[in-house]
Amino acid sequence: MSFGALSAPAKEALGRGASEVGTATTTGDGGMTEEERSHSKTLVYQVLPSRYGMNPDDLRRADAIEVVVGQGAKPGGGGMLLGHKISDRVAAMRTLPKGIDQRSACRHPDWTGPDDLEIKIHELREITDWEKPIFVKIGATRTYYDVQLAVKAGADVIVVDGMQGGTAATQDVFIEHVGIPTLPATRLAVDALQELDMHRKVQLIMSGGIRTGADVAKALALGADAVSIGTAALISLGDNSPEYEEEYRKLGSAAGFYDDWQAGRDPAGISTQEDTLAARLDPVLGGRRIANYLRVLTLEAQTLARACGKSHVHNLEPEDLVALTVEAAAMARVPLAGTDWIPGRYSA
Amino acid sequence: MEAAELTGVEVIDLASTPLRELNRRLHELAGGARSWRIVNPNGAHAVACGLDAEIDVEIQGHVGYYCAGMNKLATVRVHGNAGPGVAENLMSGEVVVAGSASQSAGASGRGGLLVVHGDASARCGISMKGIDIVVRGSVGHLSAFMAQTGRLVVCGDAGEALGDSIYEARLYVRGEVASLGADCVEKDMRGEHLAELSDLLARAGLDDVGAAEFRRGSPACASRICTTGTSSPRSSARLGRASTTFAASARNGGCRTSTISSSSGRACRAIHSRATASAVAQMSSWGRASPSSRSS
Repeated sequence: MSFGALSAPAKEALGRGASEVGTATTTGDGGMTEEERSHSKTLVYQVLPSRYGMNPDDLRRADAIEVVVGQGAKPGGGGMLLGHKISDRVAAMRTLPKGIDQRSACRHPDWTGPDDLEIKIHELREITDWEKPIFVKIGATRTYYDVQLAVKAGADVIVVDGMQGGTAATQDVFIEHVGIPTLPATRLAVDALQELDMHRKVQLIMSGGIRTGADVAKALALGADAVSIGTAALISLGDNSPEYEEEYRKLGSAAGFYDDWQAGRDPAGISTQEDTLAARLDPVLGGRRIANYLRVLTLEAQTLARACGKSHVHNLEPEDLVALTVEAAAMARVPLAGTDWIPGRYSA
Repeated sequence: MEAAELTGVEVIDLASTPLRELNRRLHELAGGARSWRIVNPNGAHAVACGLDAEIDVEIQGHVGYYCAGMNKLATVRVHGNAGPGVAENLMSGEVVVAGSASQSAGASGRGGLLVVHGDASARCGISMKGIDIVVRGSVGHLSAFMAQTGRLVVCGDAGEALGDSIYEARLYVRGEVASLGADCVEKDMRGEHLAELSDLLARAGLDDVGAAEFRRGSPACASRICTTGTSSPRSSARLGRASTTFAASARNGGCRTSTISSSSGRACRAIHSRATASAVAQMSSWGRASPSSRSS
C-alpha cells in the first residue's frame, strides 16, 4: 500500500491509527513519506524490485526492513501504477515521468535466488550496522519451500501473503488464478518452520484476507505469530462508505463493495492522488477509525481465545480448531467438525 | 553525516579484520582517516557499503557482491574484479573497478559515477535512476533494463535486449548491439549528446577513447578497443555517425518508432510502419535480432 497507490493523508492516517494501538505500518512500493515516518511509531521499510525512492538514510530511519519477494494478489508478477496516479510528488519520489504508466518489475534487480538473497540481506545488515530486523515477504505459492529458503537466507521474520490479498492494480488473471489461499499457506509455513526447528524463532506473519478477529484467532491458532492487514484497513478508513453512495454509483460501484481504485478516482480520498479528493480524508479522524478497528479486531480474537480456555491469544493452538468443510479440513489440516477425519490423513 | 577533520591513511587487512569491523569504522570514521586501503578482500561481500562521507577507499584485490552498495560521497576504487551488484543504488560519489564487474553493476543507482574498466555482465545499469555508468569493455544482456534516468556509456558491445522497458535514460554504445529491448530505439546524435558523451568519457578518465573510434559491425575490434592502449588518441569532441544514442520510444500506444524520433510521447505517434521497416534494414547491419522481432 504505497504512497502513490494511497494518498498522503491515507498514509498518515494509517500511521496514526497503528501507533495509537501499538502496531506497525509498512511503506509500500513508493518509498518512505515524511507523513508516515512522523506518524508511525513503528515503520517497516520495504525493499522491492522497483527500488523506488530507495536510499540508505530511509533504511537507517526505519524500524525494520522488509525484502519483498512477492505479494499474495500477484505472486510472480510485478506492480503497476497507472499514469493518472503518477502525480508531481509521486513522480519525484519514484524518479519517473509524470503521467506515464509505471511498472515495477517482478524480480529484484540485483539478486536472483535464495543464495543471492542471503548475501543481499547481509548487505542490508551491514549498511544499517545490524540494527534492523529483516523481514522477507512472499506471496503464497510454493509456501513450504519458500519459507524454508527464507529462513536459510537469514530472515528474522517471514511474511506470507495469501491469494485473498488485495492490490491496487494488476490483471484479473493474476488476482483470481495465481497463488494459494491464506489458510493452507499458514499451515505450510508453520510446517516448514517446525521442520527446521525455527517456529517461534523466525517469526511468521500471515496476511491476505484478514478481516475479523476470527481470522486473526484462526491464523494464530494455526501457528502464526502475528497477522497483517491491508484491504481491511482501507475499508475501516472509510473506503466505500455510504456517504459517497452517489459517486460510487457513477463509477460503476456501490457503497459496501471494495473496488480496487486503480483509476485513482476514489471518492473517499484514500486510494487517489487527486488533491481535491484526497482533501476529503481527515487523517486524524481516519487514524481514529483505524485504531477503533484494530481494537475491535484484537478484542474479538481475545474473546475467542478465552472461549477456548486460553489466557493469551498466543496460546491458541490447532487443536482449538475444527473445519466446517472438507476443503477447509484438508487445507488447514484440522478435522472436519464432529469427526476425527482430516482428508489425506489417517484417522486417529 | 558530518565528517570530522580527516587525515592519514588507514590500512585494513580483511584477512585478519572482520568485515563488520571495517564497515563499522567506515561508517563511524573512527580514527579520522581520509584515505583507506583495504587489502586481502578475497571476494568478500558488502565491502565498503553504506558509506556517507567524502573519503577515498582503495581496495587491493577482488570483491564479491554489493561492494560500495548505497554509497554517498565516497570514492571507492577496486583494484580487481567486482561481483554482482557493485555500486548498487549508488547515491553519489564515485566507484571505479579496474577489472570486470559481474551482473547488475550500478543496479538502481540514483547518482554518482560508476566506471568499469573491464567488462560488465548482464543487467548493467538495470533500473538505473540517475547514476552515470561508463564501461570500457562490453555489457551483457538486459543492460539498462527499465532504466529510468541517468547515462550508460559502453565502449564495447552490448548484449541482447539493451534498454528493454527503458524510461528516460540515455545509452551510448560504441560497438555492436545484439538487439534492442522493448521501447528502446536508436536515435541520431545531436550536439548536446556529443558534449554529454565527451564529458562522461572525460569524467571516467577515458581520454584515449574518442568518438571517431566508435564503430559498429566489426567483430575483430568491437570489444575492448582501447584496453591495450594501442589506439592513437582521438579527439573526443568529434562524434561520427557510428555513435548512436538509445532512448525511449513513446510508451503510450507502444509505437516502435525506430531511428529518429523524440523521446517524449506524442511526437512518436506520427511515425509509421514504413519508418520502422527502413529502420529495421538499417539496424540489421548492427547485429542479430532486429527491433521488429520484439512486440511493441
